[in-house]
Amino acid sequence: MGNKQTIFTDEQLDAYQDCTFFTRKEILRLHGRYHELAPHLVPMDYTNDPDCKVPLALIVNMPELKENPFRNRIVESFSEDGMGNLSFNEFVDMFSVLSETAPRELKAIYAFKIYDYNVDNYLCKEDLEKTLNKLTKEELTPEEVVLVCEKAIEEADLDGDNKLSYADFENMITRAPDFLSTFHIRI
Amino acid sequence: MRMQKRRDFLKLCNFIYAQSTESWGEFFLGGRRITRMSRSSLITSENDIDIGLELTGDEDDVSTLQEGQERKRHRGRRKAGEREKKKRPRRNREASAAGEAKEEESQAQPQKGKRGRRRRERTEAEEAEGNQRGEEKHAKIKSGKAEKTRKNVRNEKTQKKDQEEEEEEEEEEEAGSRNSKRKKRRASAKEEEKEEVESKHKVKEQTQEVKEKKKKKKKKHKKVETSSEQDTSEEEDKDEADNEEIGVRPESLTPEELEKLKEAVDERKKLIQGLRGKPWPMKKKLVTLRESQEFVEKYEGALGKGKGRKLYAYKVMMNKKWMKFQRDFENFKTACIPWEMKIKEIESHFGSSVASYFLFLRWMYGINMILFGLTFGLVMVPEALMGRPYGSIPRKTVPRAEEASAMDFAVLWDFGGYAQYSVLFYGYYNNQRAIGWLKFRMPLSYFLVGVGTVAYSYMVVIRTMARNANDSGVGDDNSFNFSWKMFTSWDYLIGNPETADNKFASITTSFKEAILEEQESRKDDNIHLTRFLRVLANFLVLCCLAGSGYLIYFVVRRSQKFALDGLDTHSWWERNEVNMVMSLLGMFCPMLFDVISTLENYHPRVALQWQLGRIFALFLGNLYTFIIALMDEINLKREEEKIVKFNITMWEASLYNGTVSENSTALPITIQPADVPRGPCWETMVGQEFVRLIISDTMTTYITLLIGDFLRAVLVRFLNYCWCWDLEAGFPSYSEFDVSGNVLGLIFNQGMIWMGAFYAPCLPALNVLRLHVSMYLQCWAVMCCNVPQERVFKASGSNNFYMAMLLVILFLSTLPAIYTIVTIPPSFDCGPFSGKKRMFDVIQETLESDFPAWFSKVFSYASNPGLVLPFMLLMVLAIYYLQSTSKSYKEANVELKKKLQTQNEENKKKNKRAALKAQMDLEEAKKATSHGDGPEHQKNNNASLKDQEVDWEDNQGNGPRLYRGRNERNPSALRIKECHLPATNAPVPRSHHHGSHGAPGYLPGLPLQSEPRMYRVPSMQRH
Repeated sequence: MGNKQTIFTDEQLDAYQDCTFFTRKEILRLHGRYHELAPHLVPMDYTNDPDCKVPLALIVNMPELKENPFRNRIVESFSEDGMGNLSFNEFVDMFSVLSETAPRELKAIYAFKIYDYNVDNYLCKEDLEKTLNKLTKEELTPEEVVLVCEKAIEEADLDGDNKLSYADFENMITRAPDFLSTFHIRI
Repeated sequence: MRMQKRRDFLKLCNFIYAQSTESWGEFFLGGRRITRMSRSSLITSENDIDIGLELTGDEDDVSTLQEGQERKRHRGRRKAGEREKKKRPRRNREASAAGEAKEEESQAQPQKGKRGRRRRERTEAEEAEGNQRGEEKHAKIKSGKAEKTRKNVRNEKTQKKDQEEEEEEEEEEEAGSRNSKRKKRRASAKEEEKEEVESKHKVKEQTQEVKEKKKKKKKKHKKVETSSEQDTSEEEDKDEADNEEIGVRPESLTPEELEKLKEAVDERKKLIQGLRGKPWPMKKKLVTLRESQEFVEKYEGALGKGKGRKLYAYKVMMNKKWMKFQRDFENFKTACIPWEMKIKEIESHFGSSVASYFLFLRWMYGINMILFGLTFGLVMVPEALMGRPYGSIPRKTVPRAEEASAMDFAVLWDFGGYAQYSVLFYGYYNNQRAIGWLKFRMPLSYFLVGVGTVAYSYMVVIRTMARNANDSGVGDDNSFNFSWKMFTSWDYLIGNPETADNKFASITTSFKEAILEEQESRKDDNIHLTRFLRVLANFLVLCCLAGSGYLIYFVVRRSQKFALDGLDTHSWWERNEVNMVMSLLGMFCPMLFDVISTLENYHPRVALQWQLGRIFALFLGNLYTFIIALMDEINLKREEEKIVKFNITMWEASLYNGTVSENSTALPITIQPADVPRGPCWETMVGQEFVRLIISDTMTTYITLLIGDFLRAVLVRFLNYCWCWDLEAGFPSYSEFDVSGNVLGLIFNQGMIWMGAFYAPCLPALNVLRLHVSMYLQCWAVMCCNVPQERVFKASGSNNFYMAMLLVILFLSTLPAIYTIVTIPPSFDCGPFSGKKRMFDVIQETLESDFPAWFSKVFSYASNPGLVLPFMLLMVLAIYYLQSTSKSYKEANVELKKKLQTQNEENKKKNKRAALKAQMDLEEAKKATSHGDGPEHQKNNNASLKDQEVDWEDNQGNGPRLYRGRNERNPSALRIKECHLPATNAPVPRSHHHGSHGAPGYLPGLPLQSEPRMYRVPSMQRH
């Protein structure tokens, strides 16, 4: 190490490696990125678990997320307070779930959270409409939106309550051929 | 050890204090219970504490309920005071060792008080419930430990008991709370019904409101369990682990307990292993991890008592070391993966489909590295270092006739001259059985490396395919068309505005198309015309294929004629005709196909598949024509060889006779190896052809890249200033990256490598070089002169499609190689197998000379067709059997899935009905008790959540808490329900509904986020 500043202790790095799908190097890189977001807020030294959070507005501007229509939702669903302020732990968590090696089940759980705009643990029509409008930049006519949402619910809804519970969603998403390849951010 | 205990205890205390405010009632009830329990069980036997706990606890629940409620108030007050008082007298008492544990405990209490409060204050506002749960669990484990030690102590010194009555009482209260909690957790996991009955008993004694809540909560609790099976089972495991801890004392462990402890430790280890896949927030994961590690560390030592202990400790230590090593190795491995950032950049610019090409390229590079390592390390280097040097024997020397031009660049570029007579080609290798001081078996090594290359490639490709098949979803049915479009069409990798715009547009069109398709089955405007056009297109394509095949055959035959005449008499074009024609065909035919495919009017995805299939057919046809032409050439060479062989014997005889007649006493004649006449060596010729092909293919690829992409981009960019139409948007535009074409090119290139590697060991090295340069060049080209695709195709699925193609190519390319190896006898004067009848005779030879006699005997028996045939039959049968079993498993799987689904649905329906009924009941009750003050009530609730929390906690305090620890989400759900229900006739914040609908869809392990959001969501009527 020499005179190089220690960011994490070895124990911390080991713990992070146990809890995420990242290697040591990637965790350090993540910290670098996190530090870059708000250099004045985030300390370089994380050995004593400083309590700092980076607001949503800064995180959303990362090049990895900037173009994503669901960026706000992604950050919000990983933040503890639901407002999008991420501590480093949550930041790592987010990219761990979105990493290539994360299993399908885990991804599905968080994907559901992301698409669940009103956090009622159901994807109801409004959630779908919002998703669709973000996805198409509101270029579909309202009728088309309604039609698509109805169709989507009709396809995936197993219990006939006109909204998608997690079970419905999981059932649908585990069969999707390209869920794994698209629900993935390389950091 | 003491420090450890102390720390543990501090943690426990922290937790208890944090929890104490909301669970006073329980504390005291528990306390009551434990006093009884401990008196009965502690005195008798400590081993059955578990059972004692449960039994007494259940009885107590009902009987002590009211007492507890009454006592709760003054006791709660008293306790706070007591603690302060007790602090001092105890500090003096450091007398016995037995007292120590208690001593620490009591000392810790004031500290914990402060700490707990501080901590609570800090976290209160933001702490999600999931977190709390984690902490609770944490504390519970600690409590188990602490209690255990405490009880040990007590066991030894029961006489001290009376003396410390007061203190003990308090301790027992604590223990009670722990036990009750523990009991409850267990009960909730295992004895659901029992508890329900129990709760009903209690509920009768509570007020109406509390009763309602309890019921609902109970239901919620159950629902959660059904909906999140995974999580629940996890928790159960943990509960069990917790319970097991009670009985554990390192001093007096029965074998069963030891077994249990071992299980618990294993459980923890498993938990640590699977932690990264848990959908918990990081904080909780970290806490669980730390705590599980501590647990494992602490109790692992206690395992394996007696003689096995040392061994066990050693094993544990080695295991740890091994894990560490593995992790380091993993880190090292990922650090070695090249071009990570480059690919990431491309991904963000072009999405996953273009990136998939580069990932494929990198994967290819890895494979070729290994192939290169094999051939380089086991064939080329040993021959170069230990074999006879250049010029020592004829096969290692440039013949006299070629010597003059052997160093010319043109010749070297064609891999003639010195390049031909070097380790790069088959012919250079000597048939000496063992070379150098290592006695390296060169011919054997050469043969085995050739076989190993193919075997390794097969293995890797098939393994990757299997893994990919696992990864990709089932995805064959079209039942989720819209939902898939909605939830999986956005490519999260995209990080470039332009690509994002394209993606948005393509998603929109795909939706529009889907809607159109949905609304009306597609209109077939003129089916006859389309059919005619499609047939015509296929006819044209077939013509193209046949034409290209004939062209190649023609050119190869012509080149043979040129070769017979001698290369010098022909121009550059004539010499390189074959390769150039092949490359040009590979370049232009796909374009032609593209044009033709516009006739067909297929859906783009179908069109892409057709296109891929056609290009595949073209490449394959070309390759096989080339091989057939080569075969002809091999036969020609072999004819030539026969003549040369005859000539050589004549020549040798004449030489011998001549020299003998001159002077018989002279030294044996020394002839320069360069002057010795030699055969044509068809193996080297084949190797050369392949190397040339690879080189020209690479060159064409690079040149097309430079001209087609770079030059075009430059022209478009700069001529646009002075052109009459918009070049960038209009006709030439910038090129797009052709993923499928490039992948196919790569695959065929690899096929040629596999085919030619046996005769030209340098091929893998060349390919590594080529791929390396490709990586940089194409990365650069794609970033600098390509634009993101208009229609963004998904990379998915195609991954295994490409792999399947690679497998087909691998098979097709090893076929001719194996054919030549097996059927054609090697040249008589070049290569490692010269002088043998067949190349694989080298195995026989090794067996005979290097292995004991019995081994070769056994081998010869084993290789007799009478044995081989039945063996092969057996293998076929085995394959068939495995295949059919896997099919039946698959079917069973599908069946099970279906069953699970229907069951799920039924459950959900049942739950819903029950919930609905409960809601109705509640409403009725509400109406009965309070008419019309619902909205007011609700307002209050919304305004002050804190108050509510206190309220709720009070309510909870009235009876033992049944649900804690299992799911901390319930309180909030309950709360929400409470405020939602009266408001069915008034506007309510929407998210409030989530309580009432939340149960079946509850996500396992997710922290509740709704509380803060509750205030943000604008009110909206839902029903």
